[in-house]
Amino acid sequence: MRHVLSILVENEPGVLSRVAGLFSGRGFNIESLNVGPTLDPTVSHMTIVTVGDDQIIEQIIKQLHKLISVIKVVDLSQEQAVEREIVLVKVNADDSRRADVLRIVDIFRCKVVDVSVDELTVEITGDGKKIKAIVTLLQRFGVKELVRSGPIAMRRSMQLVD
Amino acid sequence: MAYTGAQILLECLLQEGVDLIFGYPGGAIIDIYDELPKYPIRHILVRHEQGAVHAADGYARASGKVGVCLVTSGPGATNTVTGIATAYMDSVPIVVFTGQVPTHLIGNDAFQEADIVGITRPCTKHNYLVKDVRQLAFTIKQAFYLARTGRPGPVLVDLPKDVIRATTELEYPATMTMRSYNPNYSPNRKQLRRAAELIAASSRPVVYAGGGVVAADSAAELTQMARTYQLPVTTTLMGLGAFPGTDPLWLGMLGMHGTYTANMAIHNSDLLISVGARFDDRVTGRVDAFAPKAKIIHFDIDPTSISKNVGVDVPIVADCRQGLLGLMEELARIPGVDWRAKHAAWIEELTAMQQAHPLTYSQEGQYIKPQWVVEKIYSITQGEAIIATEVGQNQMWAAQFYRYTKPRTFLSSGGLGTMGYGFPAAIGAQLAFPDRLVIDIAGDGSIQMNIQELATAVSYQIPVKVVILNNGYLGMVRQWQELFYNKNYCATCLHTNPDFVALARAYGAEGFLVERPEEVEPTLRQAFAHPGPVFVDVRVEPEENVAPMVPAGAALSEMLLV
Ligand SMILES: Cc1ncc(C[n+]2csc(CCOP(=O)(O)OP(=O)(O)O)c2C)c(N)n1
Ligand SMILES: [Mg+2]
Repeated sequence: MRHVLSILVENEPGVLSRVAGLFSGRGFNIESLNVGPTLDPTVSHMTIVTVGDDQIIEQIIKQLHKLISVIKVVDLSQEQAVEREIVLVKVNADDSRRADVLRIVDIFRCKVVDVSVDELTVEITGDGKKIKAIVTLLQRFGVKELVRSGPIAMRRSMQLVD
Repeated sequence: MAYTGAQILLECLLQEGVDLIFGYPGGAIIDIYDELPKYPIRHILVRHEQGAVHAADGYARASGKVGVCLVTSGPGATNTVTGIATAYMDSVPIVVFTGQVPTHLIGNDAFQEADIVGITRPCTKHNYLVKDVRQLAFTIKQAFYLARTGRPGPVLVDLPKDVIRATTELEYPATMTMRSYNPNYSPNRKQLRRAAELIAASSRPVVYAGGGVVAADSAAELTQMARTYQLPVTTTLMGLGAFPGTDPLWLGMLGMHGTYTANMAIHNSDLLISVGARFDDRVTGRVDAFAPKAKIIHFDIDPTSISKNVGVDVPIVADCRQGLLGLMEELARIPGVDWRAKHAAWIEELTAMQQAHPLTYSQEGQYIKPQWVVEKIYSITQGEAIIATEVGQNQMWAAQFYRYTKPRTFLSSGGLGTMGYGFPAAIGAQLAFPDRLVIDIAGDGSIQMNIQELATAVSYQIPVKVVILNNGYLGMVRQWQELFYNKNYCATCLHTNPDFVALARAYGAEGFLVERPEEVEPTLRQAFAHPGPVFVDVRVEPEENVAPMVPAGAALSEMLLV
């Protein structure tokens, strides 16, 4: 099963390789990994998306805790969380097709961030489903380049019961 | 007053109570050696950096204190890797200081540069590159704190030459706390109660203890619990000495070369009480057939050890000592159980099994049986020696045929299985206990992996006794070839072994050769009485096997050579 791990680490050199090395050394999967600063300059935040059965995920979380540089690990898939990923896509869009591309961009409320004679660069933000949908549609025009940030995630403020 | 990095390092070592270090100098750390004579710290010059780490490890295992090494950059640092990995696998507290090229040259492929922090990241508990002399004292404090607390382990501190030479004020923190590291020592009461209830409800309980009991200095508590509640005990290789090998409740070691009784006890048990052991594959055999009828209680200071290989029913994250004390409190609260009566049938069954399937060999004919040599070492020393081992058959015989009655008297590379460990580890243990008899039970292959440490033993007159069970083979590998590879003895015959006696003498040590059974006891006595370091080359039966044996991947109940 897919799990999204939210991890606070000491902001110090080598911490990324400690975490990445743990996954490679023990044969765990990393689907995506994202690192960034927090409001506290001594702390960084990582979001790791991984897959594994319950026993593997339990080991991953324990092993992460065991790293001296890791301050906190939360398995967000256990909770209601918001998840977002940002994607930049460079799409073929000459005069004959530009309007079609822009229509899709519009429908999905994406943003055009760069234009040239025959290309458009589109910024997509959303969860995995939305990204998959729009990328599939854009592929018809020919995708020249695609860069994904990997998801980041955060626990929802209120756990609404439905 | 301003101190140089070198002075800060040595001042901090004094603060940590370090009076002995193992090291080897070089350009990157020459400034530290320049200061060293001014400090009351004894430096043991080894002859290979691997020897330094194993010696620090042996010192730590025997004494319970943190072992310390000091080596230079590049090759000095890379030579420590096997020693560090050995200590890591067996959770031994050591701190290794490595020199590094000056900070402005790091990453430049400078002379004698190696990314030792990168190289040792997966085999240290933690490691540091100190880039600023103002961080040095704090880092050293943290290194010792991490090495000795929680699940102990090796910590490496990399010291660039310019940091060693830079100056700053010295402030050594008195205490250390870390927001990202808070090992849990005290057991959960509810879990302890559940564990006690399971023990009260069981009829075939077995204690399966490991190195954690030794590391937590809780052999006395384990022994008290087993005796009070009449619980049969087996231990791992790392747990030898955690329970007296002379006690009627002792089943022997378990696992690949464990006793038939220990392995069958596990197989038939309805409750396993695992204390400071980690369900290693050499212990469990085929994991899905391990303890198939048993519920499992597992004490461990390291949460990652729990339910890693084998799912457990009652996980208890705690220091073994506090865990055992807590469990005994809960057991004492259970009213109306006659523990002796409750476990009598089970213990009787196991005792009968032990009598029917003891560890055996037969000393007959012209060959000396290696097991017999180990038994002689036991009887001559009356179990009072500190025994280090190499790796292979020698190690297993040392585990099987010597009865360990006290913790920290059996020093062996369990997790990594490092040939060449025993001799330098014995040197380290001897330096921790100058007045005790320290013996390395060695193989003819393994001893050659760190034989250069003879020079260390001779130059400081460290009187370790090395008994080489010389079978002319890489015996353990040969045994596998015999049993599982049609006797295809490829690359396991050591037909060009040196003359170990002459070699020992060439280094300035004493050497004895033993070729006939009747020479074994008198020569061992003579060797053990010798005041300096000694090699005893005992020519043993070349093709003797370690028995019994659980083939790799088989279940514990599927033992060969019983
Ligand atoms: C550094 C290292 N290399 C290789 C091995 C694999 N190995 C395990 S036991 C063994 C044979 C050891 O031979 P010896 O020291 O003569 O001991 P014996 O088994 O004959 O008692 C070998 C090669 C190892 N454990 N360690
Ligand atoms: Mg041999």
